[in-house]
Amino acid sequence: MKNKKLRLGLPRALFYYYYAPWWETFWQALGVEVVVSPPTNKEIMDLGVSLAVAEACLPVKIYYGHTAWLAGQVDVLFVPRLVSVEKKSFICPKLMGLPDMLRAAVKPCPPIIDTVINCVRQPQEGLAAAVEDMAGRVGFRGREVQSAREAAQERYLCWLERQQMGRANGATDLTSASAAGAAVSETGKPGLIDSAPAQAGSLKVGLVGHAYLIHDRFLSMDIPAKVKKMGGEITLPENLPPDQIALACRQLPKRLFWTLGQKIMGSVLSLIEQDSIAGIIHLTAFGCGPDSLVGDLAERYARRRGTPFLLLTIDEHTGEAGVNTRLEAFMDMLPRRYSA
Amino acid sequence: MKVTFPHMGNVWVILKTFLAGMGLEVIVPPPCTRRTLEIGVRQAPESACLPLKVNLGNFLEAKSLGADTIVMAGGVGPCRIGYYAQIQREILQDMGCDYEMIVLEPPDVHLSEVWDKLKYLKRRPWRKVLQGFILAWYKACAVDALEQEVMALRPLEAKPGLVDALYRKAILQIDAAGSKRQLRKIVRETVAEMVALPRQREYPILRIGVVGEIYTVLEPMVNLNLEKRLGAMGVEVVRKLFISRWINDNLFKGILPLPSHHAEKLAPPFLNHFVGGHGWESVGDTVAFARQGLDGVIQLAPLTCMPEIVAHSVMPAVQQATGLPVMTIYLDEQTGEAGLQTRLEAFFDMLQWQKGKRTG
Repeated sequence: MKNKKLRLGLPRALFYYYYAPWWETFWQALGVEVVVSPPTNKEIMDLGVSLAVAEACLPVKIYYGHTAWLAGQVDVLFVPRLVSVEKKSFICPKLMGLPDMLRAAVKPCPPIIDTVINCVRQPQEGLAAAVEDMAGRVGFRGREVQSAREAAQERYLCWLERQQMGRANGATDLTSASAAGAAVSETGKPGLIDSAPAQAGSLKVGLVGHAYLIHDRFLSMDIPAKVKKMGGEITLPENLPPDQIALACRQLPKRLFWTLGQKIMGSVLSLIEQDSIAGIIHLTAFGCGPDSLVGDLAERYARRRGTPFLLLTIDEHTGEAGVNTRLEAFMDMLPRRYSA
Repeated sequence: MKVTFPHMGNVWVILKTFLAGMGLEVIVPPPCTRRTLEIGVRQAPESACLPLKVNLGNFLEAKSLGADTIVMAGGVGPCRIGYYAQIQREILQDMGCDYEMIVLEPPDVHLSEVWDKLKYLKRRPWRKVLQGFILAWYKACAVDALEQEVMALRPLEAKPGLVDALYRKAILQIDAAGSKRQLRKIVRETVAEMVALPRQREYPILRIGVVGEIYTVLEPMVNLNLEKRLGAMGVEVVRKLFISRWINDNLFKGILPLPSHHAEKLAPPFLNHFVGGHGWESVGDTVAFARQGLDGVIQLAPLTCMPEIVAHSVMPAVQQATGLPVMTIYLDEQTGEAGLQTRLEAFFDMLQWQKGKRTG
């Protein structure tokens, strides 16, 4: 392993869209060759759909596809077991079982680095243990891990900040800007969606949903660009300050114990407070457990406030024409409602 | 205050005793029927899991009987059950259905949260409350002892339905019973009557394990009487999910020497981590059933149930390693009886064929 560069596979799906800069920087700083699967395409989706159980949600099926695509080309796969990334909150049961699910379905399966990331009780200690474990699996420890972690953290925070500002400063995506590894492909990186102000007179529309749906252009059928073409200006959950989201969530009678659910609920709650927001689009995957409850709750709050709310549920059978029609109808309705 | 609660199989007997022991007036919702499901489905979010919908139906039906307070269980993730009460409260509020909800769940910040809720509910001294709780516990044990007998005797009886008739009668007797001695007598007498019934065979044709999400396993209305159907085919149903064991594992932290799941020992290497709900236990139980030499396993889950999807996904590896066939059935409001019956018969035929091949 020391004389030959280790090839580590990183599937471009699910939490890649939240932590890509961190993961990539970390592994590259350790001298590992990071191979990221290409942006989702028809082939990858079909591969995933054929491997996963029918009842799984589309993003998980896509993850299977990316993993299978990588399986033959890498020495080791990085599929962390994401239990919790913040105190007292969980991700989703499916992500807790993902490494085991992949092992049962992807044959032959390269070794998987399935480090448990569990910050549910003690976030600091949980994270430190996880970092140590995942580096230890491929034989790194001590100083170099620490410095890799610091580099990763720095770039991740920088990326978060830029993401929050949208692309207003014209910066291209950070993932490629400082990525040394040529293996990282150049297209379809997270955080690329253009949420810059459009022409005057455009309607502000909130688009909420999991980043791994919205930022995957194949899955979301580029809904942000479509909305923009129809004269809308998009605000994403990533564009809102995290403390504003957390504050908005406080008005719920019970704390939401899903990290991503909190993001969606908090975004909707703070967007409906803003009078400039004409409507909200919620993009969800069929069979998403947390979304089935959180989305319904969000819709109820929006309806009580009188904010138009469009729920778009997608799965592998969703046709683009149907989505277009619904979006057009929604966008046509908004100006009438907004000016009235 | 007239309290009600959601149904789950025979759990109403236990909850009713416990709440009555606190000095509350209890309104048991009408038994789950297709109508309960329908009125729940009409109001609930479309892709929510099935228990939420049926519970909602229970609440609406209990409302017409005069209930004004709901006592139910919750949780703090990652399974959706932890947020049921919040969604149901908003739905009931939007419908204009006035209910007070008291959710008993692990505290978020401090243990006093649970204590305060219990104190708010209780109408009698703590000594009486404790007595009620202990009686409820004995009832749970009695119900489960009977259930086990019923599962073993159904496949043997000459005239299908007689065991179930005795069982139904006994449940009502257990509900009315007021002491441990009475409960013992009911169980003893009912089991004696069941054992004395005429039989058509001495051994079940097949033994099939049932694993999965607790609500779909324990509530016959949503699993369309799966155990009865299997029993009528001559199949003995084996399961590890019982309400008394659930109480022991989750409320008493396994203090009492009852059989438990031991998922942490059995599920790896197939599933190496807790995944919420009963996903880990489903995998562990399947491995345990394979070791017990059962003929097959049926996994039950509500459609879109996250932990069971994880378990379902790793089942192929379990099947390959143990050679035990597993069939997964997802249940929702669209599940039809004929479809379920066909799948059960096909599975039965396949297992019988395999068993014949094995024994030669």
